[in-house]
Amino acid sequence: MYRIVEARSVGQNIKQFVIEAPRIARKQQPGQFVILRLHEHGERIPLTIKASDPEAGTVTICVQGIGKTTQLLNCMEEGDSILDIVGPLGHPSEIKNFGTAAIIAGSVGTAMALPTALALKRAGNHVIFVEGSRSREMVVFEAEVRRASDEAYFMTDDGSYGEKGLVTKKLNELLAAGRAIDFVLAVGPVPMMRAVAQVTGPRGIKTMVSLNSIMVDGTGMCGGCRVLLGNTSKFACVDGPEFDASLVNFEVLMQRNAMYREKECKSLEQFELHKAEELAHIRAELATKEAEIARLKAELQSLDNAALESAALDGTEKEATHV
Amino acid sequence: MFETNTLPLKDRMKIARTRMPEQDAAARSRNFDEVNLGLETADALREATRCLECAKPGCVLECPVGVKIREVVSLIHTGEFLAAAAKLREDNALPAITGRVCPQEKQCEGGCVLGRKGAPVAIGNLERFIADYERASGQVGLPKNAPHTGKRVAIVGSGPAGLSAAGDLIQKGHEVRVFEALHELGGVLIYGIPEFRLPKAIVHREVENLRHMGVEFETNVVVGKSVTIDELMENEHYDAVFVASGAGLPRFLGMPGEHLNGVYSANEFLTRVNLMRAYQPSDYDAPVYDCHGKDVVVVGGGNTAMDAVRTARRLGARTATLVYRRSAAEMPARIEEVHHAEAEGIEFLMLTNPVEFLGDEKGWLTGARCVRMELGAPDASGRRSPVEIAGSEFVLPASVAIIGVGTTANPLIQSTTPDLKTTSRNYIVADEETLRTSKRGVFAGGDIVTGGATVILAMGAGRKTARSIHVFLTTGEWETASAPQ
Repeated sequence: MYRIVEARSVGQNIKQFVIEAPRIARKQQPGQFVILRLHEHGERIPLTIKASDPEAGTVTICVQGIGKTTQLLNCMEEGDSILDIVGPLGHPSEIKNFGTAAIIAGSVGTAMALPTALALKRAGNHVIFVEGSRSREMVVFEAEVRRASDEAYFMTDDGSYGEKGLVTKKLNELLAAGRAIDFVLAVGPVPMMRAVAQVTGPRGIKTMVSLNSIMVDGTGMCGGCRVLLGNTSKFACVDGPEFDASLVNFEVLMQRNAMYREKECKSLEQFELHKAEELAHIRAELATKEAEIARLKAELQSLDNAALESAALDGTEKEATHV
Repeated sequence: MFETNTLPLKDRMKIARTRMPEQDAAARSRNFDEVNLGLETADALREATRCLECAKPGCVLECPVGVKIREVVSLIHTGEFLAAAAKLREDNALPAITGRVCPQEKQCEGGCVLGRKGAPVAIGNLERFIADYERASGQVGLPKNAPHTGKRVAIVGSGPAGLSAAGDLIQKGHEVRVFEALHELGGVLIYGIPEFRLPKAIVHREVENLRHMGVEFETNVVVGKSVTIDELMENEHYDAVFVASGAGLPRFLGMPGEHLNGVYSANEFLTRVNLMRAYQPSDYDAPVYDCHGKDVVVVGGGNTAMDAVRTARRLGARTATLVYRRSAAEMPARIEEVHHAEAEGIEFLMLTNPVEFLGDEKGWLTGARCVRMELGAPDASGRRSPVEIAGSEFVLPASVAIIGVGTTANPLIQSTTPDLKTTSRNYIVADEETLRTSKRGVFAGGDIVTGGATVILAMGAGRKTARSIHVFLTTGEWETASAPQ
C-alpha cells in the first residue's frame, strides 16, 4: 500500500502523482522506472519515474490515460493508495559531460526525460530540450523544461503552441544551422524515436532511446520485454530501458507492442462502461487490505509481547529454583 | 523403534500399490483444478501397511532432506496422523508442497526396496495425505519459538529455499524478514508451478503459518535494485543475509524468429497464467495469447516445459505438442506429470529440435521449422547427445511457441555486491556445507547457487543455511577455512 500524497492534472488526460515509496525514493536515479499494480485483478505496468524526494520518501510519476490501467490510475486522487509499486528498475541514464546534449521528448515522455535533462545540465552539458505534442492542451511541464535546459523548443503538430511541426523538424533545423550536437536522448512514441534515430544515425551522433516494451515482472525473469539490437536480444527491464538507437530494431518493437492490442481495446471498452463501479471496487479492496495490514501488525505486536512475557516468566522460574 | 506392523512381510508384499485418485483426464484438460484428488483415509492406511520397515531404509537415504520416512509411515499405519505430521515437519517445513511436487521416483520411492520387484510404497501420496489431514484438522503443530536472540536475518526471496529457512530461523529466536520482488509471496511456487499441480491456497497457508510464527514479509522489494545487500547490513542492521533469489533469466534458443508475436519463454507464459491469473481472462486484466483452438508448441523436456504444455492444453489449445531434442528416457520431467500429460492428450515429439520460427508479414508466429535428431555419444551430463539427421527438416504449424529450455543466473544481486564471488556462469559461489558466500554474514542457496533444480533441493538448501546462520549468529565466527576460496 503506497499512499498518493498529491494528484493533479498537468495536461489533457495527463496526470501527475506523488506517491509514498521510501525505498524507491532513496535509490532512484534518472532514467529508472517503477512497475505498479492497482488492484488484485490488475496488470503490472511500467512507468518511468519523473522525480524523487528521498527525505519525504516520495516518488513522482506522470501518466497519460491510454489503456484501461492508465485510465483507472488517472481516476485516483490524493489520499487513495497504489496497491503495489516496485522499483527503481532498469539502468540509470548515463550522465556525463558530452558537450551539447539534445533531449527530444514526445508529450508525456517529457516527464521521463526531465530528470535526465536536469542531471545532464548539472554535469556541465549545454542542454537543448525539444518537446513535441499534438496540440496546446498536451504541452506539459513547460517551466520545468526551461529550468532543466539551456534552450527549449516546443513543437505542436497543429501549431497551436510554440512552432508547428514534428520534433525532428527542429532537430534538422538545428543541425542544418551547423549546431554541434554531441548526444541525443529521445523519449516518446516509437515512431518518434525511430525518426530521431534516422536523423542522428547517419551523422554518427550518439543517440539513446528509452524503450517502452511490454513487461511483466521487471526483474529479467520473464523475457517478455526482449528487444532486438542488431542480432542480439536484450531485456529492456534489466539491460535497458535506454539503448543505443542505432542498434534498435524499431519494427520488431512496434510489432511486439501490438501483441495484445485487441484485448487492450476490449478491456478499455468494458472499463469505460463500468468506470464508477471499478473505482468503487478498488477503493473497497484497498480498505480491506489496510485493515488486514493493521491486523497483521497487531498480531505481530501481541506475538512480541507474548515472547517478552514468557522470557520474563522463564526468568522468575529460574530465580525460584536458585532460591 | 519397535515394529508396529504385525502383518507378515510376504502378505504386505501382496498388497497392490494404492492408486492416487485423479480428475478424469478429459474433464481436467479443460480446467485448472488440481489433477490429483488425494488419498482417502482407508487408502492411506492400506498403503502404509505395505511398508517393510527396513532396518536401513533406502527411502530416507534417498531423500535430499533426510525425512524420517520409515517412522512417518509407521505412524500412519497406526493411525497417528498428527504425530506423523509432526515427525514429517522435523525435517520438512513444507510437506503439503513437496508431497505434490517432489520427483519421488528419483528420490524416496526410488530407494524403496519394494520397487525392485514391484511398485514402491507411494511415499509422496502418503506425505500429501498427512499434510492435508493436518491442515484440515486445524491443528497444525507449529513449533514454539525460542526466546528472542536480538539478531536480525534478511532473506532474499520467498520461494522454497527462503520459506524453509525463515521457518527454521524464527524458531531459533531470530528476527526474520523475507523480501520478495513480486507482489505475491511464494516465488516459483506461485508464478511457476500451475494451480492444477499445486493449488495456490496451499502455498498461501504455508506463508500464513510462517506469519503466525512471527516471520515478517515485505513484497515489492528487488534486492540489488530497491536496496543492496550492503545497505541491508549497514543501514538496516541485519546480522545475516540469505540470498535465495532463484534461477533467474529465461534462456532462449538464439534462433531466427524468436521475436515473433506468439513466442514466449516458459517463464513468461507461466507467470502470465499463474501469477497474473490470465487463465481467468474475464476477471483479470493481464492478458496471455488466446490459445483457444490454436496449435501450441512447447520446446523442452523438464518440469517447466511440461507445466507450460499442460497449461496451454487447459487454455483450449487444439493441439499441444512437446518438442524435445533427446528421447523420452532423457526427459528430466517428473514421471507422474508425463503420464498425466499423455492422458490429457499432449503430443510428444521426441528427438526433434526447432531451428527457426516462421511468421507472417505482420510478425505473428505461423510455425516452427524442425529437424529430427538421433542420439550420438554421451555428453558431459552423461546423456547421449542428440545429433541432427540431415535432410529431415519439416514444418510444425503453431500460433504459439513456448521455450522452456532452462535459465541463466539473474545478475541483479551479484552486480551490486562487489565482494560476492560468482562462478563463470555468474551463479553465486557458496560452500556446500555451510552455504557461506565469500562475503561475511552473507549466505546463498537454492537455484541462484546450483542453477535450475527442484523445490526439495531448494528447501534442503534453505534448512541447511538456517542451521549455518544460527551457528554464525551464536558464535559470531566466520571461519575462512570452510568459506569458499
